[in-house]
Amino acid sequence: MKKVLAAIIFCNFLISSVFAADIKVGFVTTLTTPAAVIGEDMKNAVNLALEHLNGKAGPHNIEVVFGDDGFAPDTGKQVTDRLLKQDKVDIISGYIWSHVLLASRKSVLDAGKILISSNAGPSQIASKLCHENFFSASWQNDQTPMAMGEVFNKDGIKSLYIMAPNYAAGKDMVAGIERTFKGQVVGKDLTKWGADAQLDFSAELAKAKVSGANGLFVFYPGAASGAFTKQYHQAGLKDLLPLYSVFTIDGISLPKLQAANFSGIVGSKVTQQWDPSLDNQANKRFVKDFKERFGKYPSFYAAQSYDTINMIASAVIAVDGDMSDLVGLRSALKSADYNSVRGKYSYGNNNFPIQNFYLREVVEDSDGNWTTEVIDTVLTNHQDPYAAECKLK
Amino acid sequence: MDYTLLLIQVLNGLQLGVLLFLVASGLTLIFGILDFVNLAHGSIYMLGAFICASLTYALDSYLFAVILSLPVIAIIGYAFEIFLARPLYARDHLDHVLGTFGAILVIDTIAHLIWGPAGIAIPLPNYLDGQITISENIEIPTFRLLIIVVGLTAAFGLLWLVNFTKLGMLIRAGASNRTMVAALGIDIRTLFAIVFAIGATLAGIAGMLIAPITEASLGMGNNIIITAFVVIIVGGIGSVKGAFVAALLIGLIDTLGRSFLDDLFKLFMSTGAAENSAPAISSMSIYLMMALILSFKPKGLFPPRLG
Repeated sequence: MKKVLAAIIFCNFLISSVFAADIKVGFVTTLTTPAAVIGEDMKNAVNLALEHLNGKAGPHNIEVVFGDDGFAPDTGKQVTDRLLKQDKVDIISGYIWSHVLLASRKSVLDAGKILISSNAGPSQIASKLCHENFFSASWQNDQTPMAMGEVFNKDGIKSLYIMAPNYAAGKDMVAGIERTFKGQVVGKDLTKWGADAQLDFSAELAKAKVSGANGLFVFYPGAASGAFTKQYHQAGLKDLLPLYSVFTIDGISLPKLQAANFSGIVGSKVTQQWDPSLDNQANKRFVKDFKERFGKYPSFYAAQSYDTINMIASAVIAVDGDMSDLVGLRSALKSADYNSVRGKYSYGNNNFPIQNFYLREVVEDSDGNWTTEVIDTVLTNHQDPYAAECKLK
Repeated sequence: MDYTLLLIQVLNGLQLGVLLFLVASGLTLIFGILDFVNLAHGSIYMLGAFICASLTYALDSYLFAVILSLPVIAIIGYAFEIFLARPLYARDHLDHVLGTFGAILVIDTIAHLIWGPAGIAIPLPNYLDGQITISENIEIPTFRLLIIVVGLTAAFGLLWLVNFTKLGMLIRAGASNRTMVAALGIDIRTLFAIVFAIGATLAGIAGMLIAPITEASLGMGNNIIITAFVVIIVGGIGSVKGAFVAALLIGLIDTLGRSFLDDLFKLFMSTGAAENSAPAISSMSIYLMMALILSFKPKGLFPPRLG
């Protein structure tokens, strides 16, 4: 008996020998409220990334601890603190929502840990609040609508009505479109957001209808997108006021819109830094395996989460599992030396990506499922407009 | 001022108002007559939406789904009363709050397990999915008009039930003195269970009506329940008439605030300031109104004369 015990202890010792560290990654996302549909997609992508890595970065084991922000900044900050203090994670990532990230960033940075955003890209963190330990695996909020603005100019759209939720990212989206759009913005509505978000847009749509605009530009991510698209169709605006959106018609809303048969969506155009049809090895494997495992196309949230884990793994390998080596981690992350599903990109001085933005169109694939396809590259190697305001070199 | 837009917005406000009334009327009946604080009332509203969504896909018809969902929701409400509310009647309000808050968590999690985190969109039949042209430049979605009609019908039906039927008489009697009614040989427990089921059904109808617009989604009940409490406090707790007036008032104030406040603010402040402050003020507007009304009428607009 003693021998067996000794053998077991010895084996354990071998497994967790000095050569391999256990790296704990905190991942904050939304797992409750209707927005959990996004969090679920991200969690699936994180687990798929771990599976592809066999749970390891080089010899080091990677464990991901998920935290639920409940779609609220205060809960997000609490769960971030818990991950840092109780679960003692080595690095924190995730964050769908800009207001949650803004509330949580200080806890992570004050603790001297690396913070990676898998989605949110608030302007504040790209400019005055930029930090050497913060990295974005996504984009700065303004960039995607800026690409859309360029599309409008090309298509000759003269006037726009804008609707977005009233929170950090919503305001950035509006700022982004106004930055590049050369026509006139005839009206603007910022609606209530959060766990008790406004989902009935009758009043706003009625205003948009009489505004005389050439187009309607909206930003309604997650659960709100289905609600918005439905009401837009019920209001009979399709021919009167063409719909343009960012982060609204995506891998999350498309299956639902298809189930409810909103055929008007097919053919609509959105801008994004990634697409399931992007032609690179990493992306093909990711999209194929994701579809097999979860029965639907990954969303951009999933793609960025998948990237986040691979990016962390590349940095862990670079410092050989020594998570206290912040200088080494930073330079590894900054080099973006991993196989991103969006293809090669680089980092600017504020640690936000410099990358391409594509125009995607909603199409029906060979199996009859609705998805998106790249039809044009709108911005090439685009850097966010706030980089100059960041003091980092 | 564009009067067509104003008229459309009034109709939109009316639609929000009747939906609020459907939820608030059950809440006010249960609170006012049974003296029971039911935070989980919003969960019934959510269940109405989800059950109707599932049945719509199963039966391939929204109309049949609604008809079939009604008794299902009534039974759920009835069972909720027997198993959860009844043991709590004798306790104080704090225990009601705790018990029903627990029920919210349980129902939300069950809904998450059954239907998943993604909401369910309900497809409408073509004859409800279009718009109705009222005059040359006024057209509103058919379904929103249907909500107003159904909501008003339910409202008047309920007022008639409470004020002019034997059941209503018993309910009112049970509210003022339940021991006396029981002594006269009325089965007060069943009576209360029926009130509960009626309240649940009304909330369920609201859920079924809103689902084709905003989708059935987790936590949708928790959004509306706060506004519904504002409605019953403004209207006077226990008063169906008060709930009706307050619901329409709040629906109109909320909708009109969202649509015209920024234009109003632009008259005396810069465009940028107006665009920033209008959404903040309009989301506060109903609470401002509640504070104003309560400062003049602390018991609400129509406090019931019951003891």
